[in-house]
Amino acid sequence: MKDQSILEMRNIYKSFPGVKALQGVDFTLCEGEIHALMGENGAGKSTLIKVLTGVYEKDEGEIFLKGLDKAAVIRSPQDAQKLGISTVYQEITLCPNLSVAENMYIGRGTGVGQNWKKMNADADRILKSLDIPAKAKQQLSTCSIAIQQMVAIARAVDMDCKVLILDEPTSSLDEQEVEKLFGLMRDLKSRGVGIIFVTHFLDQVYEVCDKITVLRDGKLVGEYAIKDLPRVKLVSKMLGKELDDVSDIRSEAQVYTGEGAGKNVFEAEGLQSNAGIKPFDFHIQKGEVNGFTGLLGSGRSECVRAIFGADRVIAGKVKKNGKPVKISKPIDAMKQGIAYLPEDRKVDGIVGDLSVRDNIILAMQVLRGPLRPLSKAEANKYADEYIKLLEIKTASADTPIKSLSGGNQQKVILARWLLTHPEYLILDEPTRGIDVGTKIEIQKLVLKLASEGMSVTFISSETDEMLRTCSRLIVMRDRKVVGELTGEELTQTQIMNTIAGGDKES
Amino acid sequence: MKKENVFSRLIHNQIFIPIAALLILTLFNLIADPSFFKISMGYNSTGDPVLSGYLITILDYGSELAILAIGMTLVTAASGGQDISVGATIAVAGSAMLRVLCGTNSRPDELQAPIIVAFLVGCLAAMLCGAFNGVLVAYFKIQPMIATLILFTAGRSIAAWINNNELPVINDVGFTYFGGFIPGIPIPTPFFIAVICMIIIALVLKFTTLGLYTQSVGINESSSRLNGLNPAFIKFLTFVILGVCVAVAALIKVSRISSINYSVIAKDIEMDAILAVALGGNSLSGGKFNMAASILGAYVIQFLTTTLYKLNVQSDALSAYKAVVVIILVVLSAPSVREKLSSLGKKLKPQSKEVA
Repeated sequence: MKDQSILEMRNIYKSFPGVKALQGVDFTLCEGEIHALMGENGAGKSTLIKVLTGVYEKDEGEIFLKGLDKAAVIRSPQDAQKLGISTVYQEITLCPNLSVAENMYIGRGTGVGQNWKKMNADADRILKSLDIPAKAKQQLSTCSIAIQQMVAIARAVDMDCKVLILDEPTSSLDEQEVEKLFGLMRDLKSRGVGIIFVTHFLDQVYEVCDKITVLRDGKLVGEYAIKDLPRVKLVSKMLGKELDDVSDIRSEAQVYTGEGAGKNVFEAEGLQSNAGIKPFDFHIQKGEVNGFTGLLGSGRSECVRAIFGADRVIAGKVKKNGKPVKISKPIDAMKQGIAYLPEDRKVDGIVGDLSVRDNIILAMQVLRGPLRPLSKAEANKYADEYIKLLEIKTASADTPIKSLSGGNQQKVILARWLLTHPEYLILDEPTRGIDVGTKIEIQKLVLKLASEGMSVTFISSETDEMLRTCSRLIVMRDRKVVGELTGEELTQTQIMNTIAGGDKES
Repeated sequence: MKKENVFSRLIHNQIFIPIAALLILTLFNLIADPSFFKISMGYNSTGDPVLSGYLITILDYGSELAILAIGMTLVTAASGGQDISVGATIAVAGSAMLRVLCGTNSRPDELQAPIIVAFLVGCLAAMLCGAFNGVLVAYFKIQPMIATLILFTAGRSIAAWINNNELPVINDVGFTYFGGFIPGIPIPTPFFIAVICMIIIALVLKFTTLGLYTQSVGINESSSRLNGLNPAFIKFLTFVILGVCVAVAALIKVSRISSINYSVIAKDIEMDAILAVALGGNSLSGGKFNMAASILGAYVIQFLTTTLYKLNVQSDALSAYKAVVVIILVVLSAPSVREKLSSLGKKLKPQSKEVA
């Protein structure tokens, strides 16, 4: 071990059934350093943290800590805590109905007795020394989320923690609260605590961190000093796309030229939902394919959910063909001719135990209303038509959808919405987790539908897929729309630059 | 080869479960005492011909249960939970009916209002109880068993309060028809009422989308919402429908004795109704349902109860025996057991072929 390093993880392997979550990852943390752990969802950040804190047992590899001669054995979170590794999670894991001091000392008593006076005095002393504006006897739930998080940190500090892990601590904080938290982090850093900071927010990384370790697909991409890695490079490392890879792959598909071409079908102004996105403007033309892009967690799904009324809309106006319409719940949107294929197929898409047929006709049936059920013959006709059209591989229309493969499930959901003949189709990650062949089929279908006059919004984590299908890209960062790219600007480089924002030139 | 297919299709059909239970019970009774199946023609106190025998008892009391099972199936499918206040709300609805029929005098010589008016008032009372449960479950997102625990506890007191804790007695022959026999027809009336309910629910399921909506909400609430459904309202609706079923059962119950005993009427009937749904092979955690299987399940439960009575099991001890059935059902329907059974079945199949 190097002198200043307090934690070294070497060659860590961890797999779950069917997934290699970590493959030979190294990670080094030094004394008095704030170290960002970056990567897209599924890159292995959480798994690495959980291995370190004893939630998961590693398959292979070694963990060294300062002051120990041999590799540390961490089998449970308790082991990790004893070795001075503490974690503060995104969601508060304290007890909101206990006092601040009780939360700081809960589960740490050695005997049966508890000296309440001393406990409160100790707590107040620590809170004061860390400059945390909370009182020991105050009930925790009366504090803001930021303060609660700081109390959790204070608890960790008091437990003599050397390695502090902050897992997405800022996602539910406002800007001022984030500043306060950063102040506390810098204070701890000066005391020699090593901090591992997991976040999606690029701005925050560049504000507070010293080093960045990037993971992708369970593998280590590299460790970089913050000044050596400009944002654009960080984004390209996370996405695994080289900057020079700028070939324009979007084929010139047929463009819709019929009635109403070039006119806005839907327009939104200052739209905002309760899912934590900044108000945004939006418009889509007839026969246009546009897309929201940005890193995961940047708010692209939340935007389309707001348009569809899936989240509660708290502000903004929506117009259809220039006339104002009110969309406050999904059925309103459906009646206006909007269809939405959700991001999470399992949770929001399929109705698992129902047959393929029922899954296909569901949305259309809801639109027809409760008193006009489709007859068995009609339902079968529609189901067979779309099973054939989209080449859905299923034993029969009676098969429960849950027994189909992911790609075929996705096609069923797509069939469900195509059956409603929407004017505007929103596809949120329609190709995630499905095989390449089906991916291309879906992309082709999107372009075909658009050439027939349907407006489509296409969201995908894969930028080349977006480039292939979309003629206009709306770029999001940190839950804000930060740019719009069309025509010549549609290149990988330009997208990455816009996603990264800030110091483009460096 | 084709025969085997028909057989295996039957086994995998949900309705196979209550049919198998029915066959087992029938076989047991055939061996124990074939006189169980004897049906005799007699005359009741008013001199009308009536059929009697154990099977008629099953048809009679099983019908009450079947009516309740219809509503309970829908509640289970949409909310993934059960209504345990059914017995108590029967008391409320029954009490409300008697109150309307009796007026101010608790023992009137003639009815103070037409029976249909009394029934509609009882219906309203039971639907209000259902709506109360439904609001708690659908809008306040309280677990069904906990939400309905309130009326389970309070219902019988409310029923007593409706009639000022007096014991109303009806002196009207027409009113006894609903729980007894219509002159000239030797089959108990509850069976006909149950058949009417079955026809109504069959028509509702055919000509509305209630079935698809309740199943969809029960299987995946989030997805249902994104498909334009209002899951909360659908759950609420199923509780109100159960309320209607409760009112019909209440009419039969109070008609049987032309009076009401607040603390005993329809006691523990909710457990039998839930059991009927489970015996019908429906998952008690909601989702897909088979209405015919539930209804058949109700008659099978009554078959079981009557068999136990025939064996001179004390009514106090009855629940203990039923509990055994519940244990078997619940264990068999547990996902882990089902998985093991199906893998066991796959293992056994090739062997049986070799033997053949």
